[in-house]
Amino acid sequence: MAEFYMPDFSLIPPEVLLALSALFILMEGSFVKKMSFRRSVHYGLVALGLALFYLIFQNEAGQSWVTFEGQIKQDDFIFFAKVLILLGSIGTLAMSVPSMMKENLTSFEYTPLVLLATLGMLLMVEANDFIILFVGMEMQGLSLYVLAALHRDHPRVSEAALKYFILGAFATGLFLYGISLMYGFTGATNFDIVASVIRAESVNDLSLSLFVGLIFIMAALAFKVSAVPFHMWTPDVYQGCPTPITAFIGGVPKVAAMVVFLRLMVSPFLVLYGEWQSLVVFISAASMIVGAFAALGQTDLKRLLAYSAIGQMGYVLMGIASGNDEGIQSVFVYLTIYLVMFIGTFACLLSLKGKTPEGVQEMEDLRGISLLHPRLSFVLAVFMFSMAGIPPLAGFFAKLYVFKAAISAGLFYLAIIGGLTSVVASYYYLKIVKVMYFDALPAVPSASHGQLLVLSSEIMVVLNVCAAIILIFFLFPNGVLELAQRAALALPI
Amino acid sequence: MLTSLPLLSITIFLPLLGAFAILLNWGNKQTSLAMNARWVALWTSLVTLGLAITLWWNFDASSSEFQLQDKFQWMPLLNMGYHVGLDGISLPLFLLSAFLIPLCVLVSWTSIQNKVPEYMVAFLVLETFLLGMFSALDFILFYLFFESVLIPMFLIIGIWGGSNRIYAAFKFFLYTLLGSILSLLAIIYIYFEVGSSSIPAALVTPFDPQIQTWLWLAFFASFAVKIPMWPLHTWLPDAHVEAPTAGSVILAGVLLKMGGYGFIRFSLSMFPEASSYFTPMVFTLSIIAIIYTSLVALAQKDMKKLIAYASVAHMGFVTLGIFTADAQGIQGAIMQMVSHGLVSAALFICVGVVYDRLHSREIADYGGIVHIMPRYAIFFMFFILASIGLPGTSGFVGEFLILLGAFQVNTWATLLAATGMVLGVAYALWLYRRVVFGQLSNPKLKELTDLDWREKIVFGPLAASVLIFGLYPMPVLILAEASVAKVIDQFNLALEVDGNLLVDSKKSLEVALLRKGQ
Repeated sequence: MAEFYMPDFSLIPPEVLLALSALFILMEGSFVKKMSFRRSVHYGLVALGLALFYLIFQNEAGQSWVTFEGQIKQDDFIFFAKVLILLGSIGTLAMSVPSMMKENLTSFEYTPLVLLATLGMLLMVEANDFIILFVGMEMQGLSLYVLAALHRDHPRVSEAALKYFILGAFATGLFLYGISLMYGFTGATNFDIVASVIRAESVNDLSLSLFVGLIFIMAALAFKVSAVPFHMWTPDVYQGCPTPITAFIGGVPKVAAMVVFLRLMVSPFLVLYGEWQSLVVFISAASMIVGAFAALGQTDLKRLLAYSAIGQMGYVLMGIASGNDEGIQSVFVYLTIYLVMFIGTFACLLSLKGKTPEGVQEMEDLRGISLLHPRLSFVLAVFMFSMAGIPPLAGFFAKLYVFKAAISAGLFYLAIIGGLTSVVASYYYLKIVKVMYFDALPAVPSASHGQLLVLSSEIMVVLNVCAAIILIFFLFPNGVLELAQRAALALPI
Repeated sequence: MLTSLPLLSITIFLPLLGAFAILLNWGNKQTSLAMNARWVALWTSLVTLGLAITLWWNFDASSSEFQLQDKFQWMPLLNMGYHVGLDGISLPLFLLSAFLIPLCVLVSWTSIQNKVPEYMVAFLVLETFLLGMFSALDFILFYLFFESVLIPMFLIIGIWGGSNRIYAAFKFFLYTLLGSILSLLAIIYIYFEVGSSSIPAALVTPFDPQIQTWLWLAFFASFAVKIPMWPLHTWLPDAHVEAPTAGSVILAGVLLKMGGYGFIRFSLSMFPEASSYFTPMVFTLSIIAIIYTSLVALAQKDMKKLIAYASVAHMGFVTLGIFTADAQGIQGAIMQMVSHGLVSAALFICVGVVYDRLHSREIADYGGIVHIMPRYAIFFMFFILASIGLPGTSGFVGEFLILLGAFQVNTWATLLAATGMVLGVAYALWLYRRVVFGQLSNPKLKELTDLDWREKIVFGPLAASVLIFGLYPMPVLILAEASVAKVIDQFNLALEVDGNLLVDSKKSLEVALLRKGQ
């Protein structure tokens, strides 16, 4: 007779809380007629904040737990990832308020979708089992598809959402196929068991289907992080979606997917390092090159940021390609800093009107705004210099650690490619600074040129916090470094 | 005494404090805001200069060690620290930077009218980066300062520059970034070899000659763009021409010296084998720079462009001097860097003075201004002569020492470099003749006024220091002597050891002792 086994619930209150809050907001929205959009967002923020609070106080450094029959895990690595996801979600949710209202996207379903997507991402990173990983991935994926299509009577938005959905579903299919091959070979879906089965055999004896499965899984994850050659959807989706939605789709989910990528590569598949390294090196180099060159001619800001994101993910992949402790640390530092820069940049875009009153679209919409809004343009310039990796801003440290990891692993050519593409990429970041600072206001500005959207206190907080982190990171690099080091130590590398 | 205070760090970061003070004023009335910003910037930079002179006072020139060091754990996990200190090679350039910034503020007093607070903030931030760059004793810190300089300089050229400023700003930024990113990779490699990013530790670490070649090339990419060497110099004329006067002053005065400093501190000291291997190449490029850019300067119609090309030629002398790896050559190179910092800064201010009045840099628009601006003509002539290297001016000391050093290594290079000096006389005097002498042909020139009190205050200290260092260069030479001797000893010893295939134990013990600094 099987012994009754009670799983340890102490790990999952944040997830439970997010699920319940999402349901609660849905209920209240359906049954209480006068639920304002802003209030639903505030509920969501409180839920995310409480989840973060619990997570931080419950975590003990250096500890590692497994629960639910080894399907869910928590250690310093996962802790760091979860904190990033929750913080990122809080930032993006908070800053989306004014422009969502501006675009008449005030349906109360928005917040529950964000919460469910966040819940999915938490599941993704804490999964210790391919099935849970898949469930989490789908949960965030489906929520994001709906979010992308929220503006449903707008043809361009529908197109973007459809593209996102079809390609996302395709990636899911690949992933599922990869998992099943993995299961066929190892007879298990649990990461630890998969790892031990692979480790038990010498690499030459491993079956070909295992490698095929590995490649399928990598391809699916490359889709999610929009690495070349699986990046095609990114520019269209970024451009098509309403800006606050883009800010959500492009930020936190990429971080979650990247963490999963890293975790799979260095935890169950570390033995296959020799096999997957060349693939990661390739997609890393290709992403950096495409991200740098394809963005040069872009005039649409969101398209430009999409290519920039592709390039930035290439740098993170460089950290994964190193496959050592330094690589893991650099990935975490890079993701943290990237998330802050990304959210900050979008917070700037979300506070301005362009040619149309809805918001900035074209680079021209930023022309000469340093004369109108010195602080806002200063902050945006800081983010641009940081994205270009110019010291003393935080983006430099992100690149420094990644290059350091690559050189420690002997990937000199990859580091050189990264260096050269960062010079190319700095051209378009500088172009945004140039438009704001070097160019005069247009002779005949459109009526809404350079005007602020209704500035809410939420967006100001997000903007100032992000800018402060980027500006003074060089004074206190140790906090993030220590967390990243602990995260790296948590993996059996 | 003052040894308990981290005096060097205070000096480095004081300008940043001034920049903050200016930023705090944001939001008052426009005119008073601009005036406040100017005064804050001036006082901050003057106090910084005072502190820098105090540092000089506390500096012991007889020692080749790094002095006035400040150190604390910055990223202890990675063994990267905040570590600053000065030796005889960095102190002259450190002082030069601190000396030029107050002049830059004064030069821009009336000529900059829009976004004044931002302008002053950019210069003060730039000063912190420059001072930090010259005194950094940690590679990551050095690189941090080295590349941070790009941000304020990019903005200074792009916002307050001339008509083609955007092109120039981008070219400047991308060129220098491309060079320095390669040196970052080299720095990371060295970090793994040494086990920390400390520069003093790296200076005593012997590197495998095979790898030295690659590291040397990576650093060369960075410094050769910065200094700049032919054929990587093309960003310089554009940047100089389009930058506002103070921007050109700081570009020519200090930014170019970052390259020369890097060559002495890193290329020569850390990679002696590679340096000696590449010396013929550096000599060739230097000679081409001296002769070719002098010829190009002769053909210029724009005053600033002419001086910019002259700068490339003068920097050719510096690289020639550095890679002689000879006491006189390197001392001469340092002297030449200080002298060029003063003289080219003064020449750019000379152009700025007439540009502020006539808003033209075309040589053809001028002529005969000696009749209306006699005092200006005197100062201009003095600096032109100093640029030529007339005995009695600082320019002479530097070039003479470089030629002296080069003569012992390579007579042909010396001969060709001396030819370049003759060409230098030609373009400089011809420029002077066309601008200052002759008839007052352009009617607009009649309305020009002679120097006002502010411009005299700017020219006074520049002229005085050019003259003093010309007649009595010992302050600079004594400062640099011990440190340069150490660099050369290390260099020669490393080559000697390689020369003897059978390294006897006594010799390697000697090497080890010397590398530890006895």
